Amino acid sequence: QHPVGEVTRKHMAVRNILPCYIFGGRIKVLSRNPDDYVRETKLDIQRVPRNYDPSLHPFEVPREYTRALNATKLERVFAKPFLASLDGHRDGVNCMAKHPKSLSTMLSGSCDGEVVWNLTKRECVRTLQAHEGFVRGMVVRFCGTSFFTVGDDKTIKQWKMETPSYGEEEEPLNTILGKSVFTSIDHHQKEGVFVTCGQQVDIWDEQRSSPIRSFSWGVDSFSCVRFNPVETELLASCASDRSIVLYDMREATPLKKVIMNMRSNTLCWNPMEAYNFTCSNEDYNLYTYDMRYLDKPFTVHMDHVSAVLDVDYSPTGKEFVSASFDKTIRIFPKDSGHSREVYHTKRMQHVISIKWSSDNKYILSASDEMNIRLWKANAAEKLGLLAPREKAAVNYSQKLKEKFQHHPQIRRISRHRHLPKSIYGQSKELRVMKEARRRKERNVRKHSKPGSMPVVTEKEKHVVTVVN
Amino acid sequence: MDDEDDEELQRALADDIISASEDEGGSDDERKHCKLLEAISSLGGKKRKKLTERSEASIQVSEFTVNAEGEGDKIHLSDLIGTLDKTPSALIKTKKQLKNLQHNQSTLETPLTRKETEKIQREVAFEKTSKEVSRWQSVVLQNQKAEQLVFPLNQEPSGPKRIEQVVAGWKAQTPLEQEIFSLLRMNKQPLHDPVLTPTEEASLRAMSLEEAKIRRAELQKTRVLQSYYEAKAKRGKRIKSKKYHRIQKKVMRKEYLKQFDEMVKTDPAAALEELKKMELSRMKERMSLKHQNSGKWAKSKAIMAKYDDGARKAMQKQLEVNKDLTQKLVIPADEDEEDEEESAETLPDFVNDVEPILDQVNPWMRGKLSTEPMMEESNRLHPPVWPREVGKPGEGRDDQEEDEEQMEETEEESLLRGFEERRKLRQTEDVKVAPMTMEENDGKVIDIVCHNVASGLCRLAGPGLGQGESPALLEEGLVRVRTLEDVELLSQDISASDTALLTTRDLGTEETDTQSATQQADKKRKKMIDPNEVLTKEAKVIEMPLAPTAVEDVEDKEEQRVIIKEAFAGDDVISDFLKDKRKQEEAGRPKVIDLTLPGWGEWGGLGLQPSRSKRKRFRVKVAPPPPRQDQKLPNIIIAEKRDSSIAAHQVCQLPFPFENPIQFERTIRSPVGRTWNTQNTVQKITAPKVVTQLGAIIEPIAREDLIKDIRQAVTGPSINLESDQGPQKKRRSQQKKKLELLMV
Repeated sequence: QHPVGEVTRKHMAVRNILPCYIFGGRIKVLSRNPDDYVRETKLDIQRVPRNYDPSLHPFEVPREYTRALNATKLERVFAKPFLASLDGHRDGVNCMAKHPKSLSTMLSGSCDGEVVWNLTKRECVRTLQAHEGFVRGMVVRFCGTSFFTVGDDKTIKQWKMETPSYGEEEEPLNTILGKSVFTSIDHHQKEGVFVTCGQQVDIWDEQRSSPIRSFSWGVDSFSCVRFNPVETELLASCASDRSIVLYDMREATPLKKVIMNMRSNTLCWNPMEAYNFTCSNEDYNLYTYDMRYLDKPFTVHMDHVSAVLDVDYSPTGKEFVSASFDKTIRIFPKDSGHSREVYHTKRMQHVISIKWSSDNKYILSASDEMNIRLWKANAAEKLGLLAPREKAAVNYSQKLKEKFQHHPQIRRISRHRHLPKSIYGQSKELRVMKEARRRKERNVRKHSKPGSMPVVTEKEKHVVTVVN
Repeated sequence: MDDEDDEELQRALADDIISASEDEGGSDDERKHCKLLEAISSLGGKKRKKLTERSEASIQVSEFTVNAEGEGDKIHLSDLIGTLDKTPSALIKTKKQLKNLQHNQSTLETPLTRKETEKIQREVAFEKTSKEVSRWQSVVLQNQKAEQLVFPLNQEPSGPKRIEQVVAGWKAQTPLEQEIFSLLRMNKQPLHDPVLTPTEEASLRAMSLEEAKIRRAELQKTRVLQSYYEAKAKRGKRIKSKKYHRIQKKVMRKEYLKQFDEMVKTDPAAALEELKKMELSRMKERMSLKHQNSGKWAKSKAIMAKYDDGARKAMQKQLEVNKDLTQKLVIPADEDEEDEEESAETLPDFVNDVEPILDQVNPWMRGKLSTEPMMEESNRLHPPVWPREVGKPGEGRDDQEEDEEQMEETEEESLLRGFEERRKLRQTEDVKVAPMTMEENDGKVIDIVCHNVASGLCRLAGPGLGQGESPALLEEGLVRVRTLEDVELLSQDISASDTALLTTRDLGTEETDTQSATQQADKKRKKMIDPNEVLTKEAKVIEMPLAPTAVEDVEDKEEQRVIIKEAFAGDDVISDFLKDKRKQEEAGRPKVIDLTLPGWGEWGGLGLQPSRSKRKRFRVKVAPPPPRQDQKLPNIIIAEKRDSSIAAHQVCQLPFPFENPIQFERTIRSPVGRTWNTQNTVQKITAPKVVTQLGAIIEPIAREDLIKDIRQAVTGPSINLESDQGPQKKRRSQQKKKLELLMV
């Protein structure tokens, strides 16, 4: 198109790259529109024209498979969940509480007093002697301005969240003397009402010194009581007669209870699903129930090798974390029977209390040996802000892992976890026991009259009865 | 007086209560009590009934001044009535009731125990709460199914906010601002929260985004359709062929008549008007000499008519038009109906007739015809072209060359059929048997056909030609001719595109056919090549009302076999397959391992073989493998070799959510990365299921969400993230084959 000799500036620019053909004195130059490949400013990303013709990009599955494999390997390489240990308690840590308004604040109650922590600095902000003896339970009021504690000294105390100014006494806002020991406390999501349990489940108004309602149903002690965060008038408690009891704050009587084979230690409601809750049981398992159908749990979560002491849901309601007497923490997807992750360290002893931070990023565990540990909820996740391209890469590798998750190599790598020898041995032993029991049952069934030995599913096995 | 008394009494009572609460047992109190009672009795006079003094605890203490004195005493009904003496009005009634009570022997049921009542209460309460909680079910399910969940749940939309929202409670202070606001106010512009004027808001409310989208899509579609039609009409207009337009006109007329018929039924008034119009045109025609062969053109034609067939025909046509136009109007409608009926009757014939023959004769053909919609379409396109050739026999009598439907009357048909049969029997092209007015043209046509018969490909042509007279059969013939025969017959009048298509068929071989056919058809054909299928199996035979004689059928088949044999003379598929299988079996058989080493224990060197005894000694026989899986299946080769190096990377069990391997393979096959997909697609595909914001506190789901959600469910479903995956699907199908190796 261009007459010979007239070479535009554009062509000067591209001549270095493009081949020139000379035919009989005429110069033919391949011309391209520089708008297609020249970036507007220096800060722009280089434009890379792409040809998506599949024939130019063969072997997509093998290539993606390799990428997935690499991503899986890298994930395992970068899986370092342990972030920090908060030490300072001089006795085992018995309970913890999340701050509803501040991510960086956390409360912990030990067997001799209690402490407020600042997580970003990983340091103790404030220490106060709340109770004589154990601090059994603590909860922060929904507004975040004060918190409640219950202890072995049969008192409920309300404290200000602010640190008292210089010279001011460290004193509770309010103290209620009870008749018996309180074992757990929880606060209503929106109103000035809280609930305690001990010999009975009491519902208290913050303004009054006596409970506005008490529930007891043939049980002498409760270990845990929790408000439903969604349907805020509902409660559930774990009782020492191996039962889980449901209550409605507005009703005069409890609603229902289910009695299981062994005692449940704690329970936690799913914050995104109003009717689901999970309880941690003494029989090494966790059970997720639909409160409308208590006759059998809809998932049994197995993997722990000792009693499960505490459970907490992730704020997204998709997973929960459990703390066990076997010195490990496990993370379960809410509808999976087995854990996706297990955390342990050499020095961590029986984990008594566990919390999932309300930004879904961290897990806090409090254990016997006076330490609180901070973990990442996703072991291999990179913390902090990610550049958009970084984020895209993470998403892509995540998708690849998901896509190829069933391939044996990838599955094997992604599922591999290290376990301490003792726990490994125990789990193996448990497996053997379970298998033996199964085999025996099978044999008995084989040699008995058909129909006389009905098949009992794993879910049905653990529930004794449901009481109206 | 009474009031004062009452007050005193109350005070005394209050005293009493207080004292009682202070200490109960004191003798001082007793004394006081007596005093009080005395005081009360003195005050009451005759109004108050004297309380009976109770010195010891009685079994029953009644609040109604009635009590049995001492043990074993019973209260009699008379005691109760005693108080009623003073109120005589209610007496009789009460007495009656009491009597009834006395007669009534049954006792009241004891109230439920506390335990039981509580149980009932609990049950009721549980029912209530569980119902309440169940409202969340839909929300929970929706969240489970959601492609992506963004936490915290109800975030404020990011992006620019309206200025009014940002500066709430801001007031105009400077004079300029005040001036502006006064202006705005004067013009009735919104000042605060609503940025939009009321009219704008109303218009927004009238149509939501989704509705608007749907509407826009509809509009687009109609526009596209319109443009299609326009283009089509333009194309039609540009066609120069007079014949085409004549046909078109005829069709239009017919349609118009049909419409008219309908109109008669539905809207008589309008029909009447139409009728009048038609009548008018008839009158005009009668008045004029337009179609009466009296014009200049007609005269010139009349001269030519002696020698030229075309001229004669043209003249006849003119007269026909005249006749049509001058005819009384009621008649044509009837004729039309008949025509319609006939066509309706004949259609199934056609369906029955052609297909089965095709099936029997040529499986390749069948595959193509049944699978390719394109072909069908072209079939449909054809009638205007084809009938001219084959339909000409009828031409002599009426001038309708191409419109078969108008052509048949039953007598004619039977006549023609007779000819046909004769023709078939003779297997020759007897031109003279055709109706008396048959012309040379027809003779030529049939000549050509038979020529092809000789070439061995078109056993089908015979019946096809024979049936050419009746419209339905015509179509059949058309199909057949197109596929199996040379298309010289057709090529004369076919439009350029069609000829191009057909010339490929001209070659008459299956190979060219397959080349021109689409990929899908290709596949089908490949399947068809299975020798068992083709050569030994009987094809399905569909009932044919006009079935030719059995002898013919057999011949047909044999001929077809010959055709196929000829077509595949080069490739012997069966023996190839068998060879292949044998080779596989050979490869799978264990080989004798020879471990003899020359030179050990004996002389070695060039030309020296190790001794036989040694060879025997070091030959290791391997145990035979288990029998092959395809041992008893003659038509199948099952590959038994599994590549162990790949096996480590292969999935051996179908993972849980998938129901069949195909599903699973499909998911694996579609690439995710940027190399294969556009940026947007990649973003969509790789979007994580749960997105959380850094440093944001995620609150539990709130009741407001439930309400919002229910509202949303009423209005319409939420938008799915992955709505369009068009390009991906395409690619999947393209790359299906490539990946089969890895994915087994």
